[in-house]
Amino acid sequence: MTQGIIFNIQKYSIHDGPGIRTTVFLKGCPLECWWCHNPESQKVKQQFIFWHNKCIGCMDCEKVCPERAISFNKNGFYNDKSKCKFCEKCAEICPSGALELVGKKSSLDDVIKEVEKDRVFYEQSGGGVTFSGGEPLVQIDFLDSLLCASKQKGLHTAVDTSGYTSWGNIERIKDKVDLFLYDIKHMDDEKHKIYTGVSNQLILENLKKLALDGKKIWVRVPIIPSINDDDLNIQRTCEYISSLNLRDVFILPYHNIAVDKYKRLNMGYRISDIQVPKDELMKKIADIFKGYGFNVKIGG
Amino acid sequence: MKRGMNERVQKLRQQSLTTKPRISMERAVLVTQAYKKYAGKVSIPVLRALTFKYLCENKTICINDGELIVGERGPAPQATPTYPELCCHTLEDLKIMDEREKISFKVDEESEKIQEKVIIPYWKGKSIRDLIFDQMTQEWKDCYEAGIFTEFMEQRAPGHTVEDGKIYKKGFLDFKKEIEKEIEKLDFINDPEAYDKQEQLKAMAISCDAIIRFAERHAEKAEEMAKNETNPVRKKELEEIAKVCRYVPAHAPRNFREALQMYWFVHLSVITELNTWDSFCPGKLDQHLYPFYKKGLEDGTLTRDKAKELLECFWVKFNNQPAPPKVGITLEESGTYTDFCNINIGGIKPDGSDGVNDVSYLLLEIIEDMRILQPSTNVQISRKNPDEFIIKAAEVIREGMGFPSVFNTDAVVEELLRQGKSLEDARCGGTSGCVEVGCFGKEAYILTGYFNLVKVLEITLHNGIDPRTGKKIGIETGDPTKFNSLDELLGAFKKQLHHFIEIKVRGNNVIERIYAKYMPATFMSIIIDDCIKKAKDYNAGGARYNSRYIQAVGIGSITDCLSAIQYHVFDKKNLSFEKLMEILNANFEGYEKERLLLLNKTPKYGNDDDYADNIMIKVFNIAHDEINDRSTVNGGKYRIEMLPTTCHVYFGAVCGATPDGRKAGVPLSEGISPVQGADKNGPTAVIKSASKMDHLKTGGTLLNQKFTPKILEGREGLEKMKDLIRAYFKLDGHHIQFNVVNADTLRDAQKNPEKYNNLIVRVAGYSDYFNNLNKNLQDEIIERTEHQRF
Repeated sequence: MTQGIIFNIQKYSIHDGPGIRTTVFLKGCPLECWWCHNPESQKVKQQFIFWHNKCIGCMDCEKVCPERAISFNKNGFYNDKSKCKFCEKCAEICPSGALELVGKKSSLDDVIKEVEKDRVFYEQSGGGVTFSGGEPLVQIDFLDSLLCASKQKGLHTAVDTSGYTSWGNIERIKDKVDLFLYDIKHMDDEKHKIYTGVSNQLILENLKKLALDGKKIWVRVPIIPSINDDDLNIQRTCEYISSLNLRDVFILPYHNIAVDKYKRLNMGYRISDIQVPKDELMKKIADIFKGYGFNVKIGG
Repeated sequence: MKRGMNERVQKLRQQSLTTKPRISMERAVLVTQAYKKYAGKVSIPVLRALTFKYLCENKTICINDGELIVGERGPAPQATPTYPELCCHTLEDLKIMDEREKISFKVDEESEKIQEKVIIPYWKGKSIRDLIFDQMTQEWKDCYEAGIFTEFMEQRAPGHTVEDGKIYKKGFLDFKKEIEKEIEKLDFINDPEAYDKQEQLKAMAISCDAIIRFAERHAEKAEEMAKNETNPVRKKELEEIAKVCRYVPAHAPRNFREALQMYWFVHLSVITELNTWDSFCPGKLDQHLYPFYKKGLEDGTLTRDKAKELLECFWVKFNNQPAPPKVGITLEESGTYTDFCNINIGGIKPDGSDGVNDVSYLLLEIIEDMRILQPSTNVQISRKNPDEFIIKAAEVIREGMGFPSVFNTDAVVEELLRQGKSLEDARCGGTSGCVEVGCFGKEAYILTGYFNLVKVLEITLHNGIDPRTGKKIGIETGDPTKFNSLDELLGAFKKQLHHFIEIKVRGNNVIERIYAKYMPATFMSIIIDDCIKKAKDYNAGGARYNSRYIQAVGIGSITDCLSAIQYHVFDKKNLSFEKLMEILNANFEGYEKERLLLLNKTPKYGNDDDYADNIMIKVFNIAHDEINDRSTVNGGKYRIEMLPTTCHVYFGAVCGATPDGRKAGVPLSEGISPVQGADKNGPTAVIKSASKMDHLKTGGTLLNQKFTPKILEGREGLEKMKDLIRAYFKLDGHHIQFNVVNADTLRDAQKNPEKYNNLIVRVAGYSDYFNNLNKNLQDEIIERTEHQRF
């Protein structure tokens, strides 16, 4: 597969694996976590983000659209999805950047060329490339091609995954991945279903298989107050990771910087009442993990 | 382990920080007396030397309570002299200095009276400034007023040089002997310059006497104070001061303390003789001091704490001497109290080995403790230096004062070698001022003025006319709306640039000779090789190496302007050239859509995007080829430098609207940094873009980066900073400096300055109190992209 949908390429990524990295964000995710801070990553298809405050009302987007898919109503910008062919002309012409297209059709060459630009930093810092999402395994063919090309170029590779994918997919890529960043969001299956939309069974099984396979894995646990920060869940998480003989755990404090993104995407935000976890809470949770002998880091 | 400053240092520091800079007329009066006494009776070099000696013999000697290293340029800390032989201020100038909101100097009534009755009557029409402006052509003046370039030497003397270590091995009695030997060798039969050489050497010998006498007077004063001192501890200290001042600078220092005092007398002498740019600088202080430090620890005469206290007393002395007052455009281009003494820490030794030692780490600790503007400091990073040294420096940088800045020693050496210096001389070199490379102790590397690249483009776009005034100051290079490609436009730009550089260089050649003939620096010449051997003054080409710089400003801005033209006019045809000119001439009024398009939808420099970066390379090469390797009149070569100090703000103020979406009057980009806010891909992309310029062909480049404190948290944050630095330097980057402060903090500081009296930020090649910056510069720093990642 030589083309995929990328929604961001982040340079100087310093929290997605060792060293200075470039993180390539692939669009599309089977989960819908309530706290997701990249809601624009959930759908595989391209989407428009519209910044009302930036729009100067020039209507150039409407004028340039060959499909006549764009109009303005009292809510502002409207894109008729049945007509739009995502030719990207409207976003290109928008002078103020009010209209932004999330998701770019990118060729394998384009992505690898962009990733290679920072080679000097990877080599200096022991960094490399991280494929994240969404869930990068959703675009398994493209991901596989990206990983092959990265390994050919001698880059250190990491994949940031929810683990919610068939074992076959993981098996297909695992030997080209130097490090998995693997999320555990909740140990209670019912709650997992409520807050992410899917069961955790497959996720936990895949993690076990990957660990048995001897792959290098950093487990990442987002801490969402009142959802998964209770002692019981934390202890169950610890026990599970411990049983797999994994050592490196990152606990990531929930942050609410994505609230505005939901608005711009016209999506509802379900946990607007939840506060960012306090430092003491993060320390307390870190201590529980440390009690199990893990190398624990808060953040990234 | 951090110990902080002791009580003595705290007091001295506090005194330095809370005393308001004021004008002292003492030097002006003494210089006038000396000229009245000697002018016309002796040769010019001897006149200058006798004037310097007169100052040393008659100026007020100041020993501040509690201090261990002594000597002030003025009669007291922050009392700042004027240099009427260079620039005779009008009464209006004094009034402005006194009243201006930023970088003010108190001027009392008495001083004003002296200026009116004594100084102006003698110096009016006779100062170097008068001489320079009298000699400049009308076209030079037109360009100067239009903001094409600035002129460094119109109020301040050339200097831009650094001590190399010889003063720790030789005293001024030794120098005097050397000078006398050279006089003996003069051949009046065969050498047509023998007389000139004799006068120069005589003047240098007089200058040796002068500094020795200056120190003796400190000894006398200390002895007198000791006699009257009732506190036995202080009494002993004063006696010790007297002992030190009786020994140095006549002789080479024997210990750590004498070494510091030796340097300080030399420093004071350089900045008393003339108001040299970048004051003076001890250069590789850690390497110079290390033998004394080591010996002191070994023989038990020194402890680490004692060394630290002495160094901190030494630090305060720099901060007590604000840059001499500037007015007019010189103030615009360098609006700061900082006088650019920039101490080098780390780097390599003359044999090429790792130069980091215990004193290097001690100096880093002192920077963090002291938190004062002066002296500026930098770390010199070679691939041979340990990572730990960078980490320690990064820890200090993280504190957010902009100190120390970071230089690539290996690139510095290559730059100097490219300029034809010997390997050993290159390794003894480093950087000073903001970012300038030089062979310490052996080179006059003089900045001659900033050069406004964007203004030249603006004039090109108007076919030779400056749209701000309607005056035709350029040449006709064709109606740009008829151009069919960017290369055609660049061709026209190249011709305009040539025209303006020639005007600048013509002016420089006159000014260089004016200083050579009328304003020799006979003291400074003693300590810069090979002035004694050549019997030639520093200002006349006596140094072993002579470089003159023209500092190009606005490379980021001009790149984005040209990229916008290439992209929107030639490639995408979103706008016709006529339309673009119409929009610019209207300063975007009625064209907000077009402005946003140019601003937001143009490939810009600083994003590792070859579309824009290749244009940067072309413009840089045009400017480099125009300037580099031109000969100077005193036997040197011209080089290009890429730094702005505060000139990007002034240069922006004289430029109309530009094709990158910038409105008229807004500051230009600074150094080789991207336009404020144009870099959207993070610090690695900025570094990649910046490194596409061939830094080794310059005499220095300046790259500013702003980080939020969060990104540098923990050991890991420091490691990442170190890796960024190492990677940039692998790519031959010359220099990088960091502002570690949140934009929110700066905005709050702008609103509530009283809360932020101690907030020091990086400007460009130096740090300054945020409160000392004018509003435009404050805004500009806030605008610089802040790198933060979650």
